[in-house]
Amino acid sequence: MRAEASPDRTVAVRRGGAALLLLLLLALTTTVVAPAARAAAATCTPDEATACLHVTVTQPGTGPVAGARVTVEGPGGETEATTDASGRASVALDAPGDHTVTVDESTLPAGTVLRDPAANAVTIPVALGRAAGRIFPVVAAGAEGGDSGPAPSPTDGTSPGDDSTGTAPADETGEGTESSAGPGTNRVAQLVLAGLVFGVLLALASLGANLIYGTTGLSNFAHGELVTLGGMTAFMAVQWWDLPLWLGIVVATLVGAAVGWLLNRLVFAPLRRRGVGITQQMIVTIGLALAGLSLFLFFFGAQPAPVVSGISQRIQLGPVQISGQSLLSVAVALVVLGAVALTLSRTRLGRATRAVSDNPALAAATGIKVETIIGGVWVVSAALASLGGVLLALYLNSTRFNFGSTLLLLMFAAITLGGLGSPLGAVVGAVVIGLVVELSTLVLPSDMRYASALVILILVLLIRPQGILGRAERIG
Amino acid sequence: MDFGQLFTNVLNEMTGPTAIAYALAAIGLNIHFGLTGLINMGQAGFMLLGAYGFAVSTIAGAPLWLAFLVAVGAAVLFALLLGIPTLKLRGDYLAIVTIAAAEIVRMVGRSTALTELTGGAEGLTGNSFKSTFQDASPFPDDRWALGPITLATNASNSWWLRIVGWVLVALACLLVWRLVRSPWGRVLRGIREDEDAVRALGKNVYSYKLQALVLGGVFGALGGVVFVLASSVQADSLGRPVTFNTWTILLLGGAATVLGPVLGSLLFWAALVFVRGFLRGAVPTEVLSVQQVEQIGWVLVGLTLVLLIVFRPQGILGDKKELAINAR
Amino acid sequence: MPAEDVVTRARRDLHQVPRTPGAPKPDALLVADGVRRSFGGVNAVDVEHLEVQRHVITALIGPNGAGKTTFFNLMTGFDKPDTGTWVFDGTPLAGVPASRVAKSGMVRTFQLTKALARMTVLENMRLGAREQPGENLFTALVKPLWAPREREVTEKAMALLERFKLDTKKDDFAGSLSGGQRKLLEMARALMSDPALVMLDEPMAGVNPALTQSLLGHITDLRDSGTTVLFVEHDMHMVRHISDWVVVMAQGQVVAEGPPGEVMADQAVIDAYLGAHHDTDLGDDALLTEGGTIDAEAEAEADAEETKA
Repeated sequence: MRAEASPDRTVAVRRGGAALLLLLLLALTTTVVAPAARAAAATCTPDEATACLHVTVTQPGTGPVAGARVTVEGPGGETEATTDASGRASVALDAPGDHTVTVDESTLPAGTVLRDPAANAVTIPVALGRAAGRIFPVVAAGAEGGDSGPAPSPTDGTSPGDDSTGTAPADETGEGTESSAGPGTNRVAQLVLAGLVFGVLLALASLGANLIYGTTGLSNFAHGELVTLGGMTAFMAVQWWDLPLWLGIVVATLVGAAVGWLLNRLVFAPLRRRGVGITQQMIVTIGLALAGLSLFLFFFGAQPAPVVSGISQRIQLGPVQISGQSLLSVAVALVVLGAVALTLSRTRLGRATRAVSDNPALAAATGIKVETIIGGVWVVSAALASLGGVLLALYLNSTRFNFGSTLLLLMFAAITLGGLGSPLGAVVGAVVIGLVVELSTLVLPSDMRYASALVILILVLLIRPQGILGRAERIG
Repeated sequence: MDFGQLFTNVLNEMTGPTAIAYALAAIGLNIHFGLTGLINMGQAGFMLLGAYGFAVSTIAGAPLWLAFLVAVGAAVLFALLLGIPTLKLRGDYLAIVTIAAAEIVRMVGRSTALTELTGGAEGLTGNSFKSTFQDASPFPDDRWALGPITLATNASNSWWLRIVGWVLVALACLLVWRLVRSPWGRVLRGIREDEDAVRALGKNVYSYKLQALVLGGVFGALGGVVFVLASSVQADSLGRPVTFNTWTILLLGGAATVLGPVLGSLLFWAALVFVRGFLRGAVPTEVLSVQQVEQIGWVLVGLTLVLLIVFRPQGILGDKKELAINAR
Repeated sequence: MPAEDVVTRARRDLHQVPRTPGAPKPDALLVADGVRRSFGGVNAVDVEHLEVQRHVITALIGPNGAGKTTFFNLMTGFDKPDTGTWVFDGTPLAGVPASRVAKSGMVRTFQLTKALARMTVLENMRLGAREQPGENLFTALVKPLWAPREREVTEKAMALLERFKLDTKKDDFAGSLSGGQRKLLEMARALMSDPALVMLDEPMAGVNPALTQSLLGHITDLRDSGTTVLFVEHDMHMVRHISDWVVVMAQGQVVAEGPPGEVMADQAVIDAYLGAHHDTDLGDDALLTEGGTIDAEAEAEADAEETKA
């Protein structure tokens, strides 16, 4: 197995003729993506007229490679840089567009080669105001896939959900456009804003999972994939089919709704009919999540998929800045959240849904068609997840095959915090999570910010197990 | 296509350290879920802690036995830390807390803040902690062939590791077999069915759940040690997918059976390697790249999990009758 | 002193007890004081004082929502009261977890039976026994340490199963039993630990009416063999025939207590509990007197019914 696994790691995948090389391995294996990129940001800060390109050369298991020469070629000309002691080279660019990055293999330490020579001379799209990064792993010549080195076992190098990629989007793009404060902003205020924005978007994405939990008691582990589905559909609609963004959002939402309908129709309704237990259904969602994740990786590769290329204008509001793209996302999210809240509280349908949440047997006895309601909840839930996925992708600049699965735990945390099955609670919980994630960067290394949200989750469960807004349950 | 090579690969993977590690982890999960009904979604966290415990203490100079003890101790502590506050709460909270805690372990492990100790995201190379284990081998340093498989006697993915691994698996099975048929196992099964009923009969349900969580976690940690002894310690190689795979293995073999987890692990890896090898041989690389073949393998794993629940929820070794009652 | 004498004397002693809520009993096994539990501002249970006489059958009756089951949950440690103390056989039990309550000799059953479905009938029974060395993780590893006790437990379980006519089903999964059989199994399982007080939560609920006679017989047998019984029921018919003492709860409070005949004649009880329906017969004997002999047949029928359903 090990012997045959090594070619996998040395072949890159080209997808759809795009100039983007799938650096699956790089992301999948050992390398530090974000910390490196972020630390390097000290030497180059992206702003409206500058884009940054961070290149890291590192030998997994040994450490960073210093002194490697890196050439960056683009519309603005050719630049050369040499990696420092931390294996990094940062290049400030003033022209957007595709840049070709080449590592001079002759400058690598003796006896080492690029692990993925095919990925050398890689083309990276660069946008002003943003940082892009690439990592070039280096291995001892002839030692690829060897047993003694940190060669990943068959699982880690290849598993689609492998979380080296699992957090990669969080680290690479997870820092929302709002959390990096530009000049003229107050850092705390900026982070609070970022937390609120992220929280509202997270609320929208997680609301569906909460509705499903409320009506059926099911924790849907595939909810993250529905979020990815939204982002990816919008990406295809805007980037591949050249639809306007608003239409992309609509298409993504509709596709989400359709998938929700299918999931219920083909999988969960039959399972419920057969009386399959809730734990078993949960495991089914895990299987679907795994299959979905791998399918996304299969079709889209591991590289980030920006829904909108380029960066939108930042707007100054007192001590804080927000990008137009984020503002649009939040506005849409707030409108939809409000609409869902109104539907749940004011309409017959909403009341019926809440009745099913409270007590399905009683609801059925009063003439409510429980199965129809649950089917509807699946459609709405998946549609909301999809929409949330698009908006989050807009906010975080791009989506990716494991975009949703990275966010899954944060969504669960939001739901649990707010009180399982309580829709308003989920919104409050999500905002709390958003604030914790962003503000924790004030005191913690930023690669631990998602961890801090999960710690909060566990603490709240211990102190107030019914969540912030949930009701205490009567026993017996 | 070279079927001989394919089957050698399959056989090699089935008996290899990965299958052993997953078998141990699934045996632990079986104690949690199959026996006690605890939904532990963070078995990978136990594995990772075991791996860190072993590697970090070895690097710090601990002898082999102490390193194993540290690995086990880390899992025990983790189980207590998770179990004491959450086992009194509703069942699904344990699922959320364990998955979150496992993620926390991984994120902290790969964090730059701990690079000195854990090597950050790059992890700890195998050579830095394998020596004590390899030195304990009674074999000379050599390469031996057994049937179609040729391996080093001591280094990394070696005969020595396989022997120790399978002995561990056998001991674990024996232990579970003994416990399942004891009054202790009976209490656990009672808790799985209805913990209030067991409480009403005067059993300290909380304590039993904690014991089960600790014991299953210890097997997870041992699995983690075997896993990294074949390669290296990397936080990201023991993430959420590992937990999910372990669940698939457990359900494939049959939860609440003694040999189910072992059979599940053997079949899981055999099938995965076979499918990949077969596709690679049968489909030209221009149609499907090697990576895409990998993805297809994982899609199949996911679908297998779904189909298992739908068509054979009791797994291969499980008792259909027993499960039918649950569904009622 | 033989069990019957003890029981007879305990029942006779009740004659002197005043018929007022919270009346002191000559030989109280369970004494509750100021037990209060509210859910969202509504007092589900608000019991000033209550004593349960040893060696007799006490029925706790009241309309739905009177707080009977909640009171049970509080006494057995399955729920925590806002305030209150209670003493069982000299031991204060407030704040004691459910498992320790059961260990101290107060064992309960549940309204919705909790037969452990995927375990055999015999395994269910064995689980009920106390002091099993094999229930310790480390002892469990060495069979000789627990095998002798296991044999004793099994013998006792078989004796009880015979008494409850479940011995032929010992290797069946408990989940395959009929509703009535599950109630019997749950009761038998509770007896495995030789409890001083058995608390039965609606033992007749969900049981085919034709089987109730057999269940009632088992309950009186329990008393006659020296076990104190406290049971919850909202159907007066059952209560009247087997209970020695009746406690009436309404809106969380004890509103009356006394021997069954007198309580049912009490105007306050009729108003509080029976409401408009009291003009119907409070103790329809016809159903019960015929019952004795049709047990087995009815059970078989009921089984058939359930399998069909």
